[in-house]
Amino acid sequence: MERVAIIGVGQSEFGELWDKGFREIVLKAGIDALEDAGLEGKEIEAMYVGNMSGGRYLAQEHIAALIADYSGLSEMGVPSTRVEGADASGGLALRQAYLSVASGLHEIVIAAGAEKVTDVGSEMTTDIMASSADREWEGFVGATIPALYALMARMHFTKYGTTPEDLALISVKNHRNGALNPKAQFRREIKVEDVLKSPFVAEPLRLLDCAPLSDGAAAIILANEKVAREYTDSPVFIKACTQASDYLALQNREDITTMRAVKIAADMAYDQAGLKPEDIDVVELHDSFTIAELIAYEDLGFVEKGRGAELIREGITSLDGSLPANPSGGLKACGHAIGATGIRQAVEITYQLRGKAGKRQVEAEMGLSLNIGGTGATAVITIYEIG
Amino acid sequence: MIPRFWRKIKYRYDIVGSVCENCGTQFYPPRNFCPICRRKSKIKEQRFNGRGKVLSYTIVHDTPDEFKLNKPYIVALIELDDGPIITSQVVCDPQEIEVGMRVVKTFRKYFEDGEDGVIYYGTKFVPEK
Repeated sequence: MERVAIIGVGQSEFGELWDKGFREIVLKAGIDALEDAGLEGKEIEAMYVGNMSGGRYLAQEHIAALIADYSGLSEMGVPSTRVEGADASGGLALRQAYLSVASGLHEIVIAAGAEKVTDVGSEMTTDIMASSADREWEGFVGATIPALYALMARMHFTKYGTTPEDLALISVKNHRNGALNPKAQFRREIKVEDVLKSPFVAEPLRLLDCAPLSDGAAAIILANEKVAREYTDSPVFIKACTQASDYLALQNREDITTMRAVKIAADMAYDQAGLKPEDIDVVELHDSFTIAELIAYEDLGFVEKGRGAELIREGITSLDGSLPANPSGGLKACGHAIGATGIRQAVEITYQLRGKAGKRQVEAEMGLSLNIGGTGATAVITIYEIG
Repeated sequence: MIPRFWRKIKYRYDIVGSVCENCGTQFYPPRNFCPICRRKSKIKEQRFNGRGKVLSYTIVHDTPDEFKLNKPYIVALIELDDGPIITSQVVCDPQEIEVGMRVVKTFRKYFEDGEDGVIYYGTKFVPEK
C-alpha cells in the first residue's frame, strides 16, 4: 500500500448562505484546496464527493457529475463518484479517495463534501434528516434524529449519572472554539445558562445541544508520498482511515449508550496506525448533538465507558487541555453542512497539524477525526500525522 | 407511500415480529434472516403480547409536519416482557412518564396524508393500569 498524504485543503464558509448556490460553495472549496496544494487542477485523476441528499434538498441527483462539470474536471473526463452515508458522506468520500491512492491506482485525487440545506424549510429539513435513521420503524412513529439522540442521552443519564449540565459544557466549549474560527457559523461564546434555558427540541436535549444544519462545502487533495513531497514540505499523512457499520435502528442495538460502529472502527484505526488513544493530540468529533461528543470520548477509548463527563468537567477537551476536542467549534459552532462535515474535519486537523490554525491553534502532531452517519449506523475514523 | 404502508399493516397494527428458532433471538420489526445464525437461520413469525417497560424516552417538541398537531408527544424505547425492544409512542401526560414505567400496547392513529389523504394507524403504548 502507498502512503497517502493530504497536500491541500479548502472550505467554504459554513452557515445560512442565502446568496450562494450549491455550485458556488463547492467551487469555492475546491479552488481553495487546489490553490493550497499549488495545483492547476489538470493533475487531478479522480474525484469523490460526499453529499447526503441533493435529491431532496435541491431535487438534483447526479451530484458528482455536476461538481465535476462546474469545477472544470469534466473537460478532462475525470471520473467523479458520489458516496452517501447520511452525515458521514464526507468521511466516506475521504475514505474512498484514500483507498484509491493507497491502492496505487491513482497518484492525486480530490475528496469533497457539500450540502445546500437552506433552499427548503425547517420541517422539510427535519424530515430529510429523519431519513438517516430507519424510516419505517423510527421515522414512522415520530422518532426524529434529535429524538433518537435524546433517547441515548436519557439512557446515559440513567445508567451513568451524566447530567444536562455536562452536555451544556460541551456546547459552551465548542462555541468558545468556534468564536476563534473565521469560517465558523457561530462566532460567539455562550454560557451554560444559555444552553439550559434554550427551548427543548427533544427532551432532555435543548436547542443549544443540537448542531445547526448548514450550507457548506470542503475539499482536500490527497496524493501518494512521492507526489506529496514534490508539492509540499508539510504533508499530513493519513495513518489509518477505517469504517464500520451498526444496526440502523436504535431498537436493534444491545446498548444505546455506546456506538458500536465507532468502537470497531477505532480498534481497527489504532491497530493499523500502531497507536493508542493516549497518543492522539487533537480530535475533531461528530457533535451533531452534545451527547454524541460525550459518547465519542468513551467509544474512542479516551476514558472508560460511563465516565465521559469527566473529560468535559475537568477541561481536558478544552483548547488548553491535554486532548482538545473540536478546536474548529465542531458541528455545533462551526456548523454542520451534513455531507461536507467529514471533509471539513480533515481540513481542520490539517490546519492544526501544520500549525496554521490561527487563534485556535493547539500543540499537535497526531490528530483523529470521527464522522458519524445518522445515529451511528455508519462511523468513519481517520488518524493523521504531520510528516 | 400507500403500498409501502399497506405491506406492513400486519406488523404495525399488532406487534408481530419474528424469531430465529435456531438461536432463539427475537426480532421486531420482523427479519427473515438471522444476523447471528446467517445461513442456519430458521425464521418464524411471532406475535408479542404487548406489555413491557420503558427503557428510555423523550418528549418531542420539534416535530416533522405530519406530527405538528400532536406536539409535544412521547417517543420511547420499550422492552417487551416476551420479546425484543420496540420504538413507539407512549400516550400519557408527559409529566407522568419515567424510565421503568410499565406500559401496554394500544391501537391508535399516527398521522394522515393531509385532510383528504390516507390515515396511518399503528401500535402505541399507554401506562399499564
